[in-house]
Amino acid sequence: MKDKYANRAVSIIAIITILALVIVSRLVYIQVFAKEYKQFAEQNTRSKKTVIPTRGLILDRNAKRLVSNETVYDLVVVLKQTKEFDTTALCQILKVEKSYLRQKFAQFRAESRYYTPTVFLRELPAVVVARLQERKFDFRGFYVKARIGRRFEYPVAAHVLGYLGEVDQKEIEASDGYYELQNYIGKSGLEKQYEQVLRGKKGYEYTVVDKFNREIGSYANGEFDIAAEPGKNLTSTIDVDLQAYGELLMKNKIGAIVAIEPSTGEILAMVSSPTFDPTMLVGRKRSEFYPKISTDPNKPLYNRAITGMYPPGSTFKPIMALVGLQEGVITQNSRFPCHMGYTIPGLHVGCHSHVSNLNLIESIAQSCNSYYCHTFRNTIDQQKFADTEEGFQNWRNYMLRFGLGQRLGIDIPNEVSGIMPTVEKFDGVYGEGRWRSSYIISLAIGQAEISLTPLQMANMTAVIANRGYYYTPHLVKDPIINEVTRHNTGISEENFNIVVEGMAEVFRTGTARWYALPEIEQCGKTGTAENPHGEDHSNFIAFAPRQNPKIAIAVVVENGGFGATWAAPIASLMIEKYLTDTITRPHFEQKMLEKDFIHVADTSQVTPHAQ
Amino acid sequence: MRNSFWTHIDWALVLVYLVLVVFGVMNIYSAEHAEGISIFSGSLNSGQQIRWIIASLVLAVIVMLVDGRFFITFAYYFFAGMMLLLVLTYLTAPEIKGARSWLVLGGIRLGQTSEFAKFATVLALAKYLDGFNISLKQTQTRLVILGIIMLPVLLVLLQNDTGTAIVFFALALALFREGLPAWVIVLPVVLGAIFITVLLLGFVNMAIALSVILVLLVLLVLSFKLDRKIMWFSIVAVVVCIGFSYGVNYAFNNILKPHQRTRINVLIGLEDDIKGAGYNVHQSLITIGSGGLSGKGYLQGTQTRGDFVPEQTTDFIFCTIGEEFGLLGTASVVILFVFLFVRIILLAEKQKSRFARVYGYGIVSIMFCHFFLNIAMTLGLFPVIGIPLPFFSYGGSSLMGFTILLFIFIKLDASMKYYF
Ligand SMILES: [Zn+2]
Repeated sequence: MKDKYANRAVSIIAIITILALVIVSRLVYIQVFAKEYKQFAEQNTRSKKTVIPTRGLILDRNAKRLVSNETVYDLVVVLKQTKEFDTTALCQILKVEKSYLRQKFAQFRAESRYYTPTVFLRELPAVVVARLQERKFDFRGFYVKARIGRRFEYPVAAHVLGYLGEVDQKEIEASDGYYELQNYIGKSGLEKQYEQVLRGKKGYEYTVVDKFNREIGSYANGEFDIAAEPGKNLTSTIDVDLQAYGELLMKNKIGAIVAIEPSTGEILAMVSSPTFDPTMLVGRKRSEFYPKISTDPNKPLYNRAITGMYPPGSTFKPIMALVGLQEGVITQNSRFPCHMGYTIPGLHVGCHSHVSNLNLIESIAQSCNSYYCHTFRNTIDQQKFADTEEGFQNWRNYMLRFGLGQRLGIDIPNEVSGIMPTVEKFDGVYGEGRWRSSYIISLAIGQAEISLTPLQMANMTAVIANRGYYYTPHLVKDPIINEVTRHNTGISEENFNIVVEGMAEVFRTGTARWYALPEIEQCGKTGTAENPHGEDHSNFIAFAPRQNPKIAIAVVVENGGFGATWAAPIASLMIEKYLTDTITRPHFEQKMLEKDFIHVADTSQVTPHAQ
Repeated sequence: MRNSFWTHIDWALVLVYLVLVVFGVMNIYSAEHAEGISIFSGSLNSGQQIRWIIASLVLAVIVMLVDGRFFITFAYYFFAGMMLLLVLTYLTAPEIKGARSWLVLGGIRLGQTSEFAKFATVLALAKYLDGFNISLKQTQTRLVILGIIMLPVLLVLLQNDTGTAIVFFALALALFREGLPAWVIVLPVVLGAIFITVLLLGFVNMAIALSVILVLLVLLVLSFKLDRKIMWFSIVAVVVCIGFSYGVNYAFNNILKPHQRTRINVLIGLEDDIKGAGYNVHQSLITIGSGGLSGKGYLQGTQTRGDFVPEQTTDFIFCTIGEEFGLLGTASVVILFVFLFVRIILLAEKQKSRFARVYGYGIVSIMFCHFFLNIAMTLGLFPVIGIPLPFFSYGGSSLMGFTILLFIFIKLDASMKYYF
């Protein structure tokens, strides 16, 4: 049945075809030519997940675990996924105040962390985890997330090991994109120094997610995933038994012990007292414990072994003797008079009562001040020098070669350089060309302007033990991650042997004769450093055995009085402990353990602190 | 005799129908499947859709078995019955997603009656135009036809189902074939263009632009001494246009609801709101666009698996095709539909009765409208109005409605060949 409008069929087919072509051309454009939709789809569905590798363990020199890992549980919240919930119930389970919850939620909103999982509460106890799992449908948007936390196997060496904490903004910026908010990083000690070794390398997994960011499979069969590299274990040079013994002996005392294996520069023990239990700085205990120790007037967080500065006092005398011998201003047989001290017009340096005209070995054994005033002045005022400045500079160069007045480069952060005064310093005080060796005579006996860290004292002892050189003291023996160099003093071995004889005499007839051991020949030097703020500091340096020394040690007991009274027995006990693993003199040990400087000092006077 | 009837069926149409329906259910399955759940599972939309397909095939067979003249004879009864159902639906339907389009009896959802109103309306229209000496030049005829179309439109609008209401206007295409002047189709397109331009430029700019055009036209007429009628016609046209622009401006700012305004703004690019109203379209474009030339493979669409596109088994089913089968898939579907429409048109032209011809054009108009608007919507060329893609989208009423729509025509076509 044809009619006059039949030709309109063509128009209608044309309309349909044209509109269909509009659709097809649009399809060709968005499916073939436009690239952005493919990228959007990738962004939509590909989720990059960070895989944090297990952190390396820290072992002691005998492969005992000092720091290991354990699984801990954090409560994480995704703000956008939370529904109304019973805040009272949640706070009760978590044992937190409601104000904590309000404050956290306000903080996350302020940081617009709506979609990212954000840690709400760290280190949940197992009971709380179980309770939360039971009620997980009541608290939507909250998740319990497992994480690797640190565990201290021994409650010792807190200053050396260090601890972890959440990265701060500065650390994130400095890391070139490695760290993200709420990651953990070493904050002090070995944990900080060897962060890159211990942490390993983060990996990434790409997963396909749905619009709620729920995983629905791996992306491209894991083709683009980057496997995480686990952190490397760190073997430290610390001997945990010696370390623990040192901390025991230093209990209730303020000061430090550093013990070094002289032949290698490996640090066997590094004690700073008062210390703290590193296990208390882990997890939730931390928030309660940290403010307490950080405000403690005795500063337990402070590592006195590398940041404390003390005048070495008489422990400095062997060094002075070595310089004198090397400069040829004294010999083994040189004798100097001492009548209760060193006296010239206008100057008197006191000494204790002893037979006069001691030779070098006797002067070390008896710790004669006068002997070293003579030696010091003779060293500086040599004819070959044009003026005092030049003489002093020559003397000072020796000090630098012993590693004094500069950072030794130990492999934990915050080491200080100590103080070794410069020519400029005295020029400033007295005027250029207007000072004489007599003005700075106190340096001869390790007093006044000179300050050393316990590490520097132990290191100079190691130099003597080695008869002339030292290796950079270090806590991790691994030539790849920590290069150690040998430093020579340029002083002859014969000269060292003379001084060593003197130091051996200290234990035979000298100021530490009570602490001699029949089986082990110890060499040492007492020091009683004058402390303008209070009671003298008790210092002692020693090494043993005399031949092929295995341990060089420095002990500082703040306000301990005579070096012979506290520092010497502690050093000797440490030596015996390390070399024989037995204690044959329990009476000394007993005396050390009983002595309490802190709690006595608390009531009598404010404890002064080393700078 | 019966056996030979089946040989008159246009099997090409039946085949295209089956391909579209099967491909549709495959895509529905893809849009919602999870590991280890079969396409037939009743817990999935695909399993449900397979039941609807079976029901539709049963309906199709019934339509085939009924005498072709039955539809002609009872056309008005179908229409009247369906209109009553629409009223009943409006009065009793619970509100689902803002619309009252579901007929629920005794707690059982019987269906979206508007889907069945379509074939009834086309039947009524065909029946009316098939009447003796009916011409679309007569005003009375036009009014009756307007009534036939506006009745379901109003009832569907009452149900708050704007998308479906729009579809009835597509019947203008069939009426154009029957002699309705072209302007009936052209005018809405022009008004639509003005509508969008007003929103883009603002009413004042639009009025200025139109006035400038008018001045130029008047100058043109005067300087070239053209027929003054053109000038008067132009003046009237421009004034009407300015009036219409003002009306659009007023309606847009004072009558439309904020979410409707947002949808339109997003569509014409005035707002870039990929989190809100634009989210569907944005994700839909990503899904289709990321399919590329040959797609990501069946069941491999990351967008589809990730459930990024809302309503992906119903209104946005085309996304799945785009993502998993790429341009090859989408273009094939478009070609299949165009084949379907053109074939129906060619068959309609061969019909002996005006009834069958109008019916054929009627269903092409409605199906094409669904096809074009649905895909244009997923491609961001048209606002999201929520109408299904025929034969593809999940939904029993829609599938059965379109099946009846198509198979009545197949039946009419076959019985014509059989009887004559
Ligand atoms: Zn003396």
